[in-house]
Amino acid sequence: MGLEFNDETFRGDYTFRNSAKAIARFPFPFAEDSYMYSVNMEPHLPGRPGSVFEHMFDVDEHYVAEMRDRAQVLAEDPLRCQSLPHMTLAGWDLLELIMESKARDYPQWFSLTKDGNRWHWINRPLQIEQSFTFLDETTLPYGPMEYITRQTQGDFTLQDQRDDNLWIEAGMVTTQADWSLDFDIGMSFHEWHAPVPLAHEMRVFDRALKFLLNLQLGAPVRRFNWTMTVDPLLDTSPENYPKWGPSKTTMTPETIGHRQHLRVELQTLHRLPRSNAIVFPIRCYLIKFEELVTVPKWARRLHRVVRDIPDELATYKGFIRNKPLMLDYLSKYDDGAPTSPGIWPE
Amino acid sequence: MTTSFPPAMRSRPVYGVLTARPGTGHLIVADGEGADAVTDMIAAATDAAAMLARSHIIYVPGPTGTDRAETLRALGAAQFHRSPSFAACLPRLQKVLADAQMGMQIYVAGTEGVIGQVQQQAMLAGLPWQAVQTEHRGSTVRRVQCVHCKGITEAVRTDPFPCSHCGLNLFVRDHYSRRIAAFQGVNIDAEDPGQVPPPVERFA
Ligand code: HEM
Repeated sequence: MGLEFNDETFRGDYTFRNSAKAIARFPFPFAEDSYMYSVNMEPHLPGRPGSVFEHMFDVDEHYVAEMRDRAQVLAEDPLRCQSLPHMTLAGWDLLELIMESKARDYPQWFSLTKDGNRWHWINRPLQIEQSFTFLDETTLPYGPMEYITRQTQGDFTLQDQRDDNLWIEAGMVTTQADWSLDFDIGMSFHEWHAPVPLAHEMRVFDRALKFLLNLQLGAPVRRFNWTMTVDPLLDTSPENYPKWGPSKTTMTPETIGHRQHLRVELQTLHRLPRSNAIVFPIRCYLIKFEELVTVPKWARRLHRVVRDIPDELATYKGFIRNKPLMLDYLSKYDDGAPTSPGIWPE
Repeated sequence: MTTSFPPAMRSRPVYGVLTARPGTGHLIVADGEGADAVTDMIAAATDAAAMLARSHIIYVPGPTGTDRAETLRALGAAQFHRSPSFAACLPRLQKVLADAQMGMQIYVAGTEGVIGQVQQQAMLAGLPWQAVQTEHRGSTVRRVQCVHCKGITEAVRTDPFPCSHCGLNLFVRDHYSRRIAAFQGVNIDAEDPGQVPPPVERFA
């Protein structure tokens, strides 16, 4: 597989780990010592070289292993990838966006050549080479959204825009923080967000929807979301909750550093050109507590965030039962010193 | 009386009050106490006789045994059908929706399960779900989908309850899917297998 991509697992023996380089570029989501919901969106512009913001779609050392994990999830449950019939054009829009971005940003790994509608795609890390006709579904082994998202880290949902609302009507969702695409597909913006506590009352969703309805082509935006996950399990789905739920009860002070992960989602939103749909890539990054505390500022700050988080949020995010264990562990790395503003290490 | 529900999640459906509207035809579906919403609507209609002459009423007894078929039959609609269960009337409902002319009005009254499934069939027939007028009457039992095995349990009264397909003990969320026409059920003892709180009758 070469040196660039880890040979690792996100299930079973859980051999996933971050290299020193991956820790240094981890997207730590907290810009200050406390956390509350807000309409936290900023332009998705190319960021610091080497950071996860450098390119439109970040490809990192976990790429090949994550794609292998996705294929396993889909083999076990094909309902994780669905597209209502009218969303195929949005799928092509997404395929184009990803192929063009990756071929431009990572020419050593991906290449896209076009002869009119005859396209030729090469994905070297996954050893895929495909000639196909753009907009002709019969020339690909899967629908366009499924084809390209089997080769791209992160979950993806496609939202149709009509009646002044967004409708989640297609998606590839195998690395989700405990929500079901199969259940949510067909819902409107406020409906699929219904289970979130506090944010409705804060009008976060009213304002976010208004903003998104005006999202412009070529002006993508990004935001962070985060939660906690025991063991580096990408597929924390409600479908499989009886399988992974018990893991929360077996963590100890001895194992928490290794087993407890901060789970960060780098979410971006892009208007699509032909369908006028919006694509919502949700890229999941995992970091072990023992990896995170190697950055002193992050350790101090995470301790303060977890300590002060409202119970409603800790409950919704599913970590309230292990919060005391987390605080015991993290407090050892918090000497009370002030932290600098922003997400970057000091 | 139309049922009033406490405030709940934004995905939970809200129901209205049936009102007769001018139409080329009227498809009226009801179960249980929903029959009363139909008779109230007809009583308030400006030209009830003309409406009934173009109405097709499908009625199913309610989940708690309420059967007002004879009251509805006595209205004298152009077509009246009593079905022993919602499942049994599905082929008929699908045929009527497939044959629907522009301007046909659709009304459904009764329990959430039947309301949701009529909206679902309308959507499958290519009609917008908003085109279906709804009114809740009678039992508040819920139709719940197990998020794990995907099986649907009808007429759920208690929370938690055992999934009628896979047997897992599920708690009933307010999160509702119009496409599936069901609330979501999630395993209550996933983290602590075997620790199931005693069921409470939340829906009657
Ligand atoms: C159009 C794209 C979006 C999609 C498809 C989406 C989808 C979701 C889903 C499925 C959930 C989980 C809900 C559950 O518990 O079942 C969620 C949570 C949430 N979403 Fe979104 N969302 C989108 C955009 C946004 C935007 C633009 C914002 C805000 C500014 C936002 C704020 C939130 C918040 C605060 C949560 C709770 C997260 C937590 O505490 O872990 N979402 N979203």
